[in-house]
Parts: sequence; C-alpha cells; structure tokens
Amino acid sequence: MTTPAATGAAPAPTGAGASPPPGAGRRPNRHALRRPPVGTLVLGVLAVVGLALLVLPLVALLAATPWADMVDLVADPAVVGAMRLSLVTAGCTTAVCLVVGVPLAWVLARDDLPGGWLVRSLVTVPLVLPPVVGGVALLLLLGRRGLLGSRLDTWFGVTVPFTSVAVVLAQVFVALPFLVLTVEGALRGADRRRALVAETLGATPAYVLRRVTLPAVAPGIAAGAALCFTRALGEFGATVTFAGNFPGTTRTVPLAVYLAMDTAPEQAVAMSVLLLVVSVAVLVAMRGRWVGGLPGRGRTRRGDR
Amino acid sequence: MTVPDAPHPRAGLPSRGTLRTAPVVLLVAALTLTGCSSTGTAAPDAGPSAATPTPGASTVAPAEETLEGTLVVLAAASLTDVVTDLAAVLEAEHPGLTVQTSFGASSALATQVVSGAPADVIVTASPATMTTVTDALGGDPVVVATNQLQIAVPAGNPGGVTTLADLADPARTVALCAAEVPCGAVGAQVLAKAGVTPAPDTLEQDVRAVLTRLQLDEADAGLVYRTDVIAADGAVEGIDVPADVQVPTDYPALVVPDAPHPRAAAAFVALLQGPVGRQALEDAGFDVP
Repeated sequence: MTTPAATGAAPAPTGAGASPPPGAGRRPNRHALRRPPVGTLVLGVLAVVGLALLVLPLVALLAATPWADMVDLVADPAVVGAMRLSLVTAGCTTAVCLVVGVPLAWVLARDDLPGGWLVRSLVTVPLVLPPVVGGVALLLLLGRRGLLGSRLDTWFGVTVPFTSVAVVLAQVFVALPFLVLTVEGALRGADRRRALVAETLGATPAYVLRRVTLPAVAPGIAAGAALCFTRALGEFGATVTFAGNFPGTTRTVPLAVYLAMDTAPEQAVAMSVLLLVVSVAVLVAMRGRWVGGLPGRGRTRRGDR
Repeated sequence: MTVPDAPHPRAGLPSRGTLRTAPVVLLVAALTLTGCSSTGTAAPDAGPSAATPTPGASTVAPAEETLEGTLVVLAAASLTDVVTDLAAVLEAEHPGLTVQTSFGASSALATQVVSGAPADVIVTASPATMTTVTDALGGDPVVVATNQLQIAVPAGNPGGVTTLADLADPARTVALCAAEVPCGAVGAQVLAKAGVTPAPDTLEQDVRAVLTRLQLDEADAGLVYRTDVIAADGAVEGIDVPADVQVPTDYPALVVPDAPHPRAAAAFVALLQGPVGRQALEDAGFDVP
C-alpha cells in the first residue's frame, strides 16, 4: 500500500489535489510552536468551535433517538424497504461512477489535456450547485417533455422520471464529482516514473493504466468510491425533484425521513440514525485504505518542497 | 424542521407574501417594540364581542378600536394568497397594527403552536390538525372555509383524463399526495368512495409538489384542491369530482388561547368570516359556510 507513491523526491507530480494532504497542515503547526502560546490557544479554540459546529447537531440527534423503540422502528417494513432501495441505488451509483469516473479522472490528470481547467470546472459544478437545481436540470433533460426525454418517450416509449433509474441518475449527478476529484488527486500524486519506465519498455497506454497506474492509485479510488457511495446514500434534493417519491421505487431513506418528519418524528429520527450509522461505517471501513493512501502522497509532496 | 437542501423548487413560494412584508414588519416592530407586550391589555374589554359593527365605521372592524402591535397569523399553505390579502386589509384599517403571516403544512403549524411558538391565530387545512392544538391548549375553532378536491391535468389534458377511474390506469402517469399528509388522506377517502384503486407513480409530500408535476407536464393527472387549480392560473385544468364521492375539507380558524394580541386576533377571524373575507375566499376557490 505504501510502496507506489513513497519514493521521495519525484520530479513532476506537483498536481493540485482535491483535498489538502495531511502533511500540509503540519507546517503551520511548527510555526505556531515558535509563536507565543496565546496564538496557539486561539487556534485551538477556533478548531474546537469548528468541530462543535459539525458534531453538536449529531449529538442532539443521538440524544433525541428513542433507543428503546429503535429495533421496532427500524424493523418497520416501510423503513426496511427505503433502506434496501437506498443501498441498492447507492451501490449502482457507485458502480456507474467507477466505470465512467475513473476514466474521466485519468483524462483530467493528464497535463497535455487541452482545456483541462474547463473540464475540471464542469466536473466541479455539481458540488456547488444545490441538488434541487440538479434535479430540475435532470428533469429538463430527461423529463417527459425534456430535451432528450421527449425523444426517448416518442421513439422508445421510455420515461425516466418515477423510476429507480431516475434515482440512480440523480445520485450520479451529485456523487460523481466526489469520485472524479479524489481519483484525479491520487493520479496526480502517484509517481509517474513507473508509468514512464513501463512505456519505454514497450507497454501500451492501456496496459500501463491497468497494470501500473491503477494499482498505484487503488487507495484513492477506494476513498473516492466510499465518498461517492455515502453521498449517494444521503441524496435528497435531486431525487425528490427528478425521480419522485414512491415506496419501493423512488422513496429512499432521506425522502422517507422528510415525509415522516411531520407525522412520525420518532421514526424520522430512527431512520436518520440508521443512515448515519451506515455512512459512518462505510467511511470507517475505508479509513485504513484511505489513510494508507494519503501519507504516500504527503511524503511525495514534502519531498518536492 | 430543517433539511439540508430545499425540499422542492416551489417550496419557497408561500413565503412571497412574508418576504414582501418583511421590511414593514421589521420597521413597525422596531417602532412599536416597547408597546408590543402591552397592547393585548390596552383596553379593558377584550374579545370577539368588541367586534360588533358600529354605524358609520368600516365593515371590517370597528374603527373605534385601536389595534396595534404585531399580530402573528399562521395559516395553511393553500391560504397563502387569501390571508396575505386580508392581512393587508386589516393593516390598512389599523395603522398601528402589523400582521405577520407564516404559511406551511398544517401539521407543522400545529406542532409549532403546541410547542409554544408565539402565535395569535392559526388556520389549518384539516380539523384533525386543529384538534391537536385544541387538545393541548383548549380554545374554540370556527370553520371559515371548505375546500374540494379536483382531478387536475396539465393544460390541454394530454393524457385524456376524464374521470376518477383514469387514476387507476397504470399506463397513465399519476401523482398523488402521500397518505401521511392531509391531501393524501382526503384523496384516499374520495377514491375509496368512488371504488377506485389508484395506480400512482409518485406520492408527493405536499399538494404543491403534485401541482408542480402537472405544471411541468411530467404527470397526466393528480388530485389537488380546487384552490390549487385556480392558483395555477391556467397551467393546469380542473375536473370536478362527482358530488356524491366528494369529501369537503374544513378549514378551522382559532384564536390561540393566551394569544399575545387577543383583540386583534379576534378581529382577524371576524374579517375572515365577514363579507370581505368571504369574497376573498370564494375568489380563491373555497366554499364558505
């Protein structure tokens, strides 16, 4: 796991990763130690405030959870159905994102790509767009009267909204950028000399990608897939706008939570906790691989400096 | 209730009136901040009996009565236009009074009032949600309007929908309210009375979401309130449900017990029941008792 990228001073790979490497945070800390302790204290307090903003709402959620009735609430067929649909659609979404996202990341990571900055901006747009807007956009493209949807309807009699396929499409729209940017960062962080060596030995680009580059960035791909899966699991806005809201077909857990909020709040809380547990479990399960991948990049980068 | 992303593109719609009046609310609130808490006890006799019309005065509320402060009215989303208009009427009658309106799902409004949100008047789109308020706080609601379900279809009726039975056709795309929300519950009663087992493709979380599906021509038919069809202003067409299977929805209004402004609250409910209010309700597609 640590071998591919842990080769010290690599010449070229100075890519701007999607997320700052852990090593980048250590330099300010060293400076801070030389400063008066009051500065460190302020930084520490601000860091705690930041953490509290993220954690306290979840603490409130867990405090409001009816733990005694949890099993009954979660075993409700409606909840089980929503959870099954969420897991299946998020799994399909992750598969689709891997199939199209890794090649997209590979293209983006090439320095000789003309207009690469534009492509990267386009990939980033869904990250900053409200998901509801994404849902409206999907509807205008694939809805019954949409740009493509009207032709699908006329030629093949196929309508996409109100199907599980629409749920997957909505999830792909919001989750794909997470995978692409993570994998691109890993590709740029990886040592390219191995690929160059393989090429000089006569390997085709496809062979190099399959046998040299992809194994080296596997931790990055796994991290991207985990982020992609959890983001898909939590998708609400694009789904409710584009796909509809029907049990078993399009009502994923977030939609069920929103619907239950008015009528059965304790069930909404129970489902929220269930979703939280699954998401955290996925991220924790990936943590070993993830952390195993990033220090390699960090070491490479520090070697550059 | 807060969700990370907005539930629906039209979700912000009911707040237009609130947004429009927000600067006024702030201004008046600032001017009358100190007087606010005492207005409820400004006159010794407070209550609906004070709203007896006086000859020569306005038909809406007696001009002798000075109502001031910020009256808070919570109303079901389907009343957005009517209540916004009537709030402006009452404000015009009483220059010292500001009416702050808030619209949303009846169940959410009831929850707010029961958990102690400062409100003077609440008007819900179902007696059941009003019962949750009166069970907790007491009070005596009056029905100010009734609403009826209609089959709604996109303009031009592309699905060729004519009767409730068409909602059972799997080949048509049908959008209904989820059974958990009032429009879904009433819709289920209507369909049961008509002996129709619907084949919906989506069960939306509120009636406005159903309306949007129809406005965008993504669904062939849905069940919405007659007032929604009128509010859609031509974007959807309404088909009446036979009277023998219709289940009218009552809209009860309540002066919240221990309201901060009981006299202004009573004046607002009286306005709803009076000629001006009845006309506004009928224009919006409601029936008035």
